Amino acid sequence: MAKNKVLLEVKGLRVAVAGNEILKGVDLTMRDGEVHAIMGPNGSGKSTLAQVLAGHPAYEVLAGSATYDGKDLLDLKPEERARAGVFLAFQYPVEIRGITNSYFLRSALNALRREWGEPELDPIDFLQFLEAKLKAIGWDDSMMNRPVNEGFSGGEKKRNEILQLAVLEPRLAILDETDSGLDIDALKTVAETVNKLRAPDRSFLIVTHYQRLLNYITPDVVHVLADGRIVKSGGPELAHELEAKGYDWLRDAAMVS
Amino acid sequence: MTGIEAHVQQPYKYGFVTDIESEVVPAGLNEDVIRLISAKKDEPAWMLDWRLKAYRNWLKMSEPHWPNVKYEPIDYQAISYYAAPKNLPKLDSLDQVDPKLVATFEKLGIPIEEQKRLTGVAVDAVFDSVSVATTFQAELSKYGVIFMPMSQAIREHPALVQKYLSTVVPMNDNFFAALNSAVFTDGSFVYVPKGVRCPLELSTYFRINASSTGQFERTLIIADEGSYVSYLEGCSAPMRDEHQLHAAVVELVALERATIKYSTIQNWYPGDDEGKGGIYNFVTKRGKCLGANSKISWTQVETGSAITWKYPGCILQGDNSIGEFYSVAVTSHKQQADTGTKMIHLGKNTRSTIVSKGISAGRGQNTYRGLVKIMKGAEGARNYSQCDSMLIGDQCGAHTFPYIDVRNSTAIMEHEASTSKIGEDQIFYLRQRGLSAEDAVSMIVNGFCKEVFKELPMEFAVEATRLLGISLEGSVG
Repeated sequence: MAKNKVLLEVKGLRVAVAGNEILKGVDLTMRDGEVHAIMGPNGSGKSTLAQVLAGHPAYEVLAGSATYDGKDLLDLKPEERARAGVFLAFQYPVEIRGITNSYFLRSALNALRREWGEPELDPIDFLQFLEAKLKAIGWDDSMMNRPVNEGFSGGEKKRNEILQLAVLEPRLAILDETDSGLDIDALKTVAETVNKLRAPDRSFLIVTHYQRLLNYITPDVVHVLADGRIVKSGGPELAHELEAKGYDWLRDAAMVS
Repeated sequence: MTGIEAHVQQPYKYGFVTDIESEVVPAGLNEDVIRLISAKKDEPAWMLDWRLKAYRNWLKMSEPHWPNVKYEPIDYQAISYYAAPKNLPKLDSLDQVDPKLVATFEKLGIPIEEQKRLTGVAVDAVFDSVSVATTFQAELSKYGVIFMPMSQAIREHPALVQKYLSTVVPMNDNFFAALNSAVFTDGSFVYVPKGVRCPLELSTYFRINASSTGQFERTLIIADEGSYVSYLEGCSAPMRDEHQLHAAVVELVALERATIKYSTIQNWYPGDDEGKGGIYNFVTKRGKCLGANSKISWTQVETGSAITWKYPGCILQGDNSIGEFYSVAVTSHKQQADTGTKMIHLGKNTRSTIVSKGISAGRGQNTYRGLVKIMKGAEGARNYSQCDSMLIGDQCGAHTFPYIDVRNSTAIMEHEASTSKIGEDQIFYLRQRGLSAEDAVSMIVNGFCKEVFKELPMEFAVEATRLLGISLEGSVG
């Protein structure tokens, strides 16, 4: 079977935060429809990779490139990346006081629709659109009229990220430790939803510390990030190996290389 | 934060000057100038005497320096106290209004021509020291509602004016109120008769145009028993390098079971990034809930002025009366605001609510100052206060001075306060969802102000939201 088109190609990416080099040369190739997992110990640079791909201004690119759908990703503003289909499910979603989830989501969707050359949705059209989306993932609308993330439990915040993912229909969804802080039921719900959202024209980059999310979402490729470099890549079985053996053996390998 | 305060550089949209022939009284203040103003307005003798008394009081007073603001001393002899376009029609025929004035107000979004009028809103348009047009007067009079320029009310309804003028803000209440009492020019007069729900929103738009002048309007609103009125004021001024003084007095009187809702969208020229120019907005606004079960609600959105000094308050005299204060104050550029409210509880079971939202950006300094006073006789009084401050960038300031004076042990007081900073993470979150940086800030700020905006009449809530967006535009790098 012919391989799918390359969606994201990261080459020799080196990134610093506040003067400290965190990523020390990352290479990563993702194709349309693929699910990649990035695993690694704390402080290895997993979240930095997620943030820099989304364009967080606090991260400074020292060297390397990231090509997304033929475009120089690193040259785009965060909102331009979002409009081009890059979505980041945040590890720590922020609260926006006084703005309902529904209003926020509609504003975001309309910003994307303007980019796509599609008419903006008014509140009534949006409600219908949303109902269909919620139905597809089997969720109710209980979070929609609450202020964005305000007073949400940790699990609700993570679920809200996945809800946004479902509504905004990205081509590249980056999940930054979405599993952290979730109890087992919430973890299952999130994983099931992600599985429903898998599509030939949608790729996932799942950043996680633990293997447990990957019990429910089977990745195509697993990468291990240690000390700012991808030190090993493999199939889903690599995640199980990490679960059994921990990260130390790979870290040692990284030191040697 | 990287570049967040880099350019708070939004050009002021209403800074144009109308080229119109005006009569400007030479700068300076003395009894002759006051006599001249009174004569221009065809005032009865009692009014002139009152003004002169106020002036003599003012001479003995000194400018207050307790507000948390800094400015060069004001030379009161360098200000002109009266400016008016020439050739104003004597009668209230809008057809005769100078087309330049019509065009000016149209440009400000306040159409005064018959066919273009705002639906549901009666407007009194004040240009420098005079009212140039008041719409829907005839329609309102069918309901017995009086809505007219103050100078017309002094001539046509002297008994009402004399009965209530300075009963809420005494002429010597403070330095600026005394000055206003001596030299005040047009503002609006409103009387809503017993049991009438005013069918239109009433609105006054104040425009300063002439240079080296001050504007000293005076507004008096009386809501008789069981009546209701919603009133809104807006304002703007040209961009000039000089500071211009605006010292207004507003008095509200609510009789038994009456409700007055008073909203302000203040957009005076704020001055440039270095603090050059801009309006000194030193105003005294106060309402008296005179009758039982009456209610006065202040809502203000303060985005303009170099310096704002105002504390719209309520004297809760009638039993079970209610006072409310909802405020959004924005300081960016080098603006300074010292604003808040006074709630004076006299009657039994009186209630007051204070919701204040201060937003500071650029090098703005924003102070909330509020007084809640529960007097001895105010059995069962309640107050709820909430003061929230938001900071954008790291060169601005937010300050809160809540004063509480309780003299009756049955009072229940609640006070909440918070300070937050718009963080890069919040903005990034919204940008990551596809919103521009400007839209992100606007969404965060609007959410922050929502509790206040929902109090505005619907026709103006949109305007307030837009204005807030404009005054903060460019505050994120």
